[in-house]
Amino acid sequence: MLAIGAVASVVGVAIALSIDWFPTRAAAKVNEIDTLYRVLLSVSVPIFVLVMTVAIYSVVKFRARPGDMSDGAPIHGSTRLEVIWVTIPFLLVTGLAIYGWVVLNDVEAKQQGETVVKVRGQQFTWHFQYPGPNGKTVDSDVLYLARDQPYKFEITTSDVIHSFWVPEFRLKQDAVPGQTTHVRITPDRVGTYAVVCAELCGLGHATMRNTVRVVEPNQFKAWLEQQARGAAATAGGGAAPGGGAAAGKQVFTSNGCGACHTLADAGTSGTTGPKLDDIAAAAAKFGKQRGLTAAKYVKQSIEDPTAFVVPGYPPVMPSFKGRVQGAELDALVEYLLSVSGGKGGSG
Amino acid sequence: MTTTEYVAERPIAAVPRPEVVLHGLRERPRGWLEWLTTTDHKKIGILYLYSTFIFFLIGGVEALMMRLQLAVPTNTLLTPKAYNAVMTMHGTTMVFLFVVPVLAGFGNYFVPLMIGARDMAFPRLNALSFWLLFFGGIVFYVSVFFHPPTAGWTMYTPLTEEAFSPGGGVDAWIFLIHLTGLSSLVGAVNFVATIHNMRAKGMGWARMPLFVWSILIYSYLLILALPAVAAGVTMLLTDRHLDTGFFNPANGGDPLLWQHLFWFFGHPEVYIMVLPAFGMISEVIPVFSRKPIFGYKAIAASTAAIAFLGMLVWAHHMFTTPTATVVLAFFMLSSFTIGVPTGIKIFNWLATMWRGSLVFKTPLYFACGFLAQFVIGGISGIMLAVFPVDWQLHDTYFVVAHFHYTLFGGAIFGLFAGLYYWFPKMSGRLMNETLGKISFWLMFIGFNTTFLVQHAAGTSGMPRRIYTYYSTSGWEGYNLVSTIGAFILATGVLLTVINLIRSIKHGQKAGNDPWKANTLEWFTTSPPPENNFDVVPRIRSAEPMKDIRRDVAAGGRAAGSVAQPVAPGT
Repeated sequence: MLAIGAVASVVGVAIALSIDWFPTRAAAKVNEIDTLYRVLLSVSVPIFVLVMTVAIYSVVKFRARPGDMSDGAPIHGSTRLEVIWVTIPFLLVTGLAIYGWVVLNDVEAKQQGETVVKVRGQQFTWHFQYPGPNGKTVDSDVLYLARDQPYKFEITTSDVIHSFWVPEFRLKQDAVPGQTTHVRITPDRVGTYAVVCAELCGLGHATMRNTVRVVEPNQFKAWLEQQARGAAATAGGGAAPGGGAAAGKQVFTSNGCGACHTLADAGTSGTTGPKLDDIAAAAAKFGKQRGLTAAKYVKQSIEDPTAFVVPGYPPVMPSFKGRVQGAELDALVEYLLSVSGGKGGSG
Repeated sequence: MTTTEYVAERPIAAVPRPEVVLHGLRERPRGWLEWLTTTDHKKIGILYLYSTFIFFLIGGVEALMMRLQLAVPTNTLLTPKAYNAVMTMHGTTMVFLFVVPVLAGFGNYFVPLMIGARDMAFPRLNALSFWLLFFGGIVFYVSVFFHPPTAGWTMYTPLTEEAFSPGGGVDAWIFLIHLTGLSSLVGAVNFVATIHNMRAKGMGWARMPLFVWSILIYSYLLILALPAVAAGVTMLLTDRHLDTGFFNPANGGDPLLWQHLFWFFGHPEVYIMVLPAFGMISEVIPVFSRKPIFGYKAIAASTAAIAFLGMLVWAHHMFTTPTATVVLAFFMLSSFTIGVPTGIKIFNWLATMWRGSLVFKTPLYFACGFLAQFVIGGISGIMLAVFPVDWQLHDTYFVVAHFHYTLFGGAIFGLFAGLYYWFPKMSGRLMNETLGKISFWLMFIGFNTTFLVQHAAGTSGMPRRIYTYYSTSGWEGYNLVSTIGAFILATGVLLTVINLIRSIKHGQKAGNDPWKANTLEWFTTSPPPENNFDVVPRIRSAEPMKDIRRDVAAGGRAAGSVAQPVAPGT
């Protein structure tokens, strides 16, 4: 039985280790976490196999034959055995706890030359803010990161609890209202991944995913400079459309509408919700059906999104009632209608 | 003329039962009214079992709805709102309306019988605790008709604050917690009073059946843990309607306070759900191994140890919240340590089967299934307790797999073992063995098909509580397999339901002690009379029925041939 158990353990551990459990490794120190996981597997599988071997052996060997009415051996216990199976597991878990503690300290250790990226969660998107050239900041809804650059992410939320998670980086940190939390990551593999929200945050939780692009440091620098210029250009050129519409664009950007909606004028490409490049036509059509003017229809879609949902899209948009209001709301509606070809203060 | 000769001459059935003559009492109502007004612990136990099994089936249908939605990527069977509602109701139903109260149901029926008492200490309080549970369930389920809650069974703030979850769903959930919480508290006090004071003569602490031990510890855990969640939901209620701001940082509150209060209750709740199932396994394994339980004291002590440690691990549900590292380390260590007493139980059960004479009836099938699955659930729990690993696995399907292995693979398989084991006592009839075994295999295969792959879905990055996923995710295979497994599992459960309904009327007559069991409930008739026992024997060991069988055999009569043997020593 012991031989069978030992062989089964070896086979079990080999299978468990040969499976590629996790997504691609894309950050430094991920190896340590993956190794820890493998050590856990290598300890756990033999324990499971041991228990199962004894159980299956008993089931086969000690099964009462038909007609056998005899009792089993009248054994009531053994103090020696109890001591053994208290001590060994206790030493085992203590060892693992110390190992886990060592890995934790290493993963959390402060890095030299960290860049701080501010992360803000919102139903149902993420926003990222970088320190740009000349002390300015750069905003983005795509998380661009330079390879081998240590980052400290400072995480906040503007509504409910979210959880910042890039599976390829292995770490997860909650965004808690009223607090700034942080996590340290050094990406080391160029590629495109996703920031996933891991904490149920409302109806659109499943769609709360933003893109992460890890690029070479020089590409990152170029991107950052371009973004810094672009932001300045938008701010400067914002005077071109009417004042209201310009303010509307600001509202559109700062509330993260672009994470779910495509709007060429604002340079966004979200696909969770309907495309807003033709919202003027859609507002006229659906508004007419519902007896609303285009402006009223757009306003209702922002304040009470589930009152009517464009066919083919999931009803997940959170209400922005109370969050976008008054002049801001009017400006946003005017902006949306004007850039999509409807009536508005377009100049 | 000796006593033995006297008994041998007259069949025991002809001996008139001692009667209590009632004066000035109203006649007992019949039919429906009897069930509504009963204070008999056995009838209340039956009410508990029926109601909770109906909730179990409802919760199961909700699970199947979720699995159907997730069977293929970007499915539109359920809207996000419907999915979140079904998910919230599934979790809430299974925890608060099935597993916890169904254990109270078994406890109600069997604790007095196992300790040789004629009823619970406070019969009316007992009825109250059932009706509180029943109406708690109703209050919660009527929310389906207006605005079911959608924030998950953990109801994290601020998602559950009025601003983000308007409508009455969260409030319905709060009232459910209040009502079922009161029900459990009242029930727990009753169990404690009963077990402390009403044990048969000679039944010291070291002779008490292990199931009774587990119900005693379950009751203490409920008394310690429930007030925290009662306070929490009251604060949530006032936050929602009176703007008290306990959980709102804008008012100086903290959303993490909710998580601490919830999990201070929520983690002991996990052991509340699984300890009595352990107790059932500790009854079933020795009986069907025809061997005394190995390490009785170790098992009883480990129950208490698990309960104690179980109060100290709550923050391992919060490893991704901003928490000081030393606090994390404490909770990691305490969560690890809980593996030790759990291991003690598993090793002792194995040692009980070792060199036994295993009689493979359906209860033992479920007990063996429990053993395999609970070990997997325990091991995945240890993995989750290592926080560098937990940062990857937290809130993924790995966690979903883990707690279903402990709760379904563990607690529910355990109580199915208990159901097949005790059904003959409650109904007087045996359940069909063939149907029972087919049901077991379907449940075992279905369960593992559903949940084993979810470990892999979780490690590869599938978050929990998502209503949909994309075809580029690489999770399609896992989810389809999981959905197929869920339907196999459901078929297995359905077979047990059919078996149960059929056996009530048509099952083979069981007799008093069909399993040659060890504990006192098998001493009385099946089903037991209203007063349970005419004579309560003096208890001389942890296996009183074994002693009685031996005495009867020594007295010259075949074991099991008498309805109520004259108590030894009288």
